[in-house]
Amino acid sequence: MNRHNEMEVSFLSTPENEAFARIVIAAFAVQLSPTMTEITDIKTAVSEAVTNAIVHGYEGTRGMVTMRARIDGTSLALEIADRGKGIPNVPQAMEPFYTTHPEQERSGMGFAVMQTFMDEVEVRSTPGSGTSVCMRKRICPEQAH
Amino acid sequence: MLQSIRDGDSMIVRLAGELDHYCAQSVRRELDRLISDPGIRWLILDFSRLQFMDSSGIGVILGRYRQLRDRGGQVGVVNMNEHVSRIFRMSGMGRVIRNLDRKEAAQ
Repeated sequence: MNRHNEMEVSFLSTPENEAFARIVIAAFAVQLSPTMTEITDIKTAVSEAVTNAIVHGYEGTRGMVTMRARIDGTSLALEIADRGKGIPNVPQAMEPFYTTHPEQERSGMGFAVMQTFMDEVEVRSTPGSGTSVCMRKRICPEQAH
Repeated sequence: MLQSIRDGDSMIVRLAGELDHYCAQSVRRELDRLISDPGIRWLILDFSRLQFMDSSGIGVILGRYRQLRDRGGQVGVVNMNEHVSRIFRMSGMGRVIRNLDRKEAAQ
């Protein structure tokens, strides 16, 4: 099946919008007839990326977070982008347990969670101009449902 | 949001709703209040009503674990669903937080 659809939504980097982003992506992804597990995986990955944008990208300031999603056939491609301060060392930031905020009990597991629950995760960041997290998940065909 | 019951040196807390970065601070504050009595040695978290958790939950649980460990106590969990179990396994939390479902009845 050659299903194709796209969406884009932008919202302020306020923590209340973490739940908003999860609801939006779940509503969009439902067209792929995912299992409950697949929906939860996608919501969790989005929650991590949006939290990173709020906590690290805009650290103490406010800006807009943009979530783009695209359905191509049986796969969901996602991008969570901010125009915050960027990540100076992406490979280091992606190491499990690496956190710049241990005093806030941040676990440093955000990227590891995204990599566990999605099939592909790619991070592009430019210090001073922002970060973009691109992820992809293939949804198993419907016979399993 | 949290229901709790004390049983001797244990505080049993039923988490509900969603445990993300937004909710983490209030959950952390409430759990700290519930275990502030030094007589509490066990914090048992019941996940049966929790609808969502991301890595913010890992920080909350490990933070409480460190507090209780320092006074000779532990954190245990019951009624984890498959999603929370996966987060436990991938984060290594399963090595320090006791999953009580297998051994004791989740009352």
